[in-house]
Amino acid sequence: MTANLHLWLIPLLPLIGAAINGLLGKKFSRPAIVAVALSFCGAAFAMALWIAAQFSSLLTPHLETLASWLRAGNLQIDFAFQLDQLSLIMLLVVTGVGFLIHIYSVGYMWEEGGFYRFFSYLNLFMFFMLTLVLASNYLVMFIGWEGVGLASYLLIGFWFTKDSAASAGKKAFIVNRIGDFGFLVGLFLMIKHFGSLNFDQVFFSVGRLPSTPETTALLTSIGLLLMVGACGKSAQIPLYVWLPDAMEGPTPVSALIHAATMVTAGVYMVARSHVIFEHAPLALMVVAIIGTLTALFAATIGICQTDIKKVLAYSTISQLGYMFMACGVGAFSMGIFHLMTHAFFKGLLFLAAGSVIHSIGGEQDMRKMGGLRTKIPWTFWTMTAATFAISGFWPFAGFFSKDAILWKAYSSPFGSWVFWFIGVFTAFLTSFYMFRLWFLTFFGEYRGEQSHAETHAGVPAPHGDGHDNEHHGIHESPKVMLIPLVILAVLSVTGGWIGSERFDRFLSPVFHPGATTAILGEAQTSVEPPQNQDKEHGASEGLLTTISILAAFLGFGLAWLFYHQRPQLPEEIAESLGGFYRAVANKYYVDQLYAILFVTPLIDGSRDILWHSVDQDVIDATVNSSAEGAERVSDSLRHMQSGNLRSYAGWVALGAAAVIAYMIWTGVR
Amino acid sequence: MVPLSYYLVLSGILFASGVTGFLIKRNLITIFMSIELMLNGVNLSFVAFAAHWQKLSGQVFVFFVMVVAAAEAAVGLAIIISVFRTRQTLNVDQVNLLKL
Repeated sequence: MTANLHLWLIPLLPLIGAAINGLLGKKFSRPAIVAVALSFCGAAFAMALWIAAQFSSLLTPHLETLASWLRAGNLQIDFAFQLDQLSLIMLLVVTGVGFLIHIYSVGYMWEEGGFYRFFSYLNLFMFFMLTLVLASNYLVMFIGWEGVGLASYLLIGFWFTKDSAASAGKKAFIVNRIGDFGFLVGLFLMIKHFGSLNFDQVFFSVGRLPSTPETTALLTSIGLLLMVGACGKSAQIPLYVWLPDAMEGPTPVSALIHAATMVTAGVYMVARSHVIFEHAPLALMVVAIIGTLTALFAATIGICQTDIKKVLAYSTISQLGYMFMACGVGAFSMGIFHLMTHAFFKGLLFLAAGSVIHSIGGEQDMRKMGGLRTKIPWTFWTMTAATFAISGFWPFAGFFSKDAILWKAYSSPFGSWVFWFIGVFTAFLTSFYMFRLWFLTFFGEYRGEQSHAETHAGVPAPHGDGHDNEHHGIHESPKVMLIPLVILAVLSVTGGWIGSERFDRFLSPVFHPGATTAILGEAQTSVEPPQNQDKEHGASEGLLTTISILAAFLGFGLAWLFYHQRPQLPEEIAESLGGFYRAVANKYYVDQLYAILFVTPLIDGSRDILWHSVDQDVIDATVNSSAEGAERVSDSLRHMQSGNLRSYAGWVALGAAAVIAYMIWTGVR
Repeated sequence: MVPLSYYLVLSGILFASGVTGFLIKRNLITIFMSIELMLNGVNLSFVAFAAHWQKLSGQVFVFFVMVVAAAEAAVGLAIIISVFRTRQTLNVDQVNLLKL
């Protein structure tokens, strides 16, 4: 069963689409651009489905080597792709959600300039993301890793004439560089100690290492370095600051790159490297702590945001924290499970938020929304599904994955009740801020300006989505935007029904390779504790689930009280909290702190030392003074060449006289 | 018998006044005559040496110089006349069409 799946076609298709649109698209009509972008992206999706249909009969991992890339001594790195359960899930999520968001973008971006550019970038992103998830060694993965960063940069700065968008793009790129530095150093360590970057070879070597303090230290440092990379890409503390700013990009981009797919690359990478982390308990614990703290931290910030997309951005950071928490307690498959359901509901939340923004003419401030429930019913109902899903209400998708993570955080050998408690508290916060968004947007009275079209006509929208010109009054989005919403809403509801156990079993060949052969056919998860403990756990699992559902209800109730029943209450509470509220509303001053600690010293150092002292006073001064010296010498010499014949003759006479004088002088002597 | 050095000093004075005239005068004809003066200064030194060493080659050189000077005078004067016809002046500072 070594069927050739032509995996390489999957990334290549969107690349062709990107090339066609990017190189020739300027002259295409909009329908032609759409046809190119959608057909290549759709073809990749169809191919992913075809592979999924054949998957059960495949020998996994399925490896395909295209070409030898690097060969240096014993190190050999190939262009090679790999398909196993983990990549298959990522493949389906990326192509599926990606394709839906492509469709949505047709409606959302129709009136924007740079239409071809947008779709070219989107396809380019798909290419890199698929390369990332299909790679069979770290270096090919790194290509995808860097490439999605590039696509992210291009799309955040899509409206590059706007200063805030351009600097948000730069911020994302630079912060990601910091993470990538860690990732790269981790790769160098692997090359040095394992002599390979292939997943299977590295993991094989890791498994055979004797467990001495040195090897544990080595694996811990590799794991921590990889985690630095994941922190950058997946926006975890301390490198999360770029993601909220990334909301400057068009909303479909926020949905695709900054919620559903790219930011989960870090989780994927950590899950992919699970062998390394499992041998490095300290690194694993760091992952769990970072994830837990990020989940809590971002959720608290999300409460005080007023920009609808910023709320969702912090929510994304928080949910990514959940995924890392799951990975950190050793429940990698649960992290991937949450990754999948999160891709559905967070993609949907962003798309629905985009639809809201679209419908009221580019306004993103929730304080100026309200009462939109009846005006945009489709958007309302799909958003409702997603809100309930992310808040963890049964039987929506988010419930299953979040509950599984919380259970694992408590029960796993790496877990602790601390993780569980913070997780539940975060779930409560999540529910609260999501329903705050929901109530503020859809309930109560419309608080925006009624004469919207007049006041904003011809002026760029304050938040830049620029939808205000053609629109008069609130209106539902076109069908091309609603269909992806509906499909994602269905997935947000049903996506979790597969159940965490079945999901875990499906992924077990990747995460517990030894165990699968032992329990093949037995339909049991492998590393679960023995049977008698299981019953005990069954009881406590029920209790914990009840608590987490209660937390979700509590968040809902509180949001209902604050933002529906007594809208003046939040302000009173905010005032009574004083300094703490201001700290949260200002995102804990982290951006300001980074500015003081890193950005300002860097700028000052660059300007005062590198620019003014080194460049101007040393390098430029050397060049300038040598030029000035040459000029001064030439200036004095130039008088000899006056163009005046008689002065030339005079010089000749003088020269002759000098020669004669010399000869006479020497002759006399 | 006049000593050789007297001739040579006179020859140097003649040559130097030719050079000076060439350098400071503006009139083409004066410059031209200064050149002739230089040539004759050189001629004087030639004949003086010829007489001093009792050899003819110095005299032969002088004849060559005279012939060339005559030819040069013919061409030079023709050029001077043509310059005067076209420019209505013999001031060299105004004959500067080829200067930048």
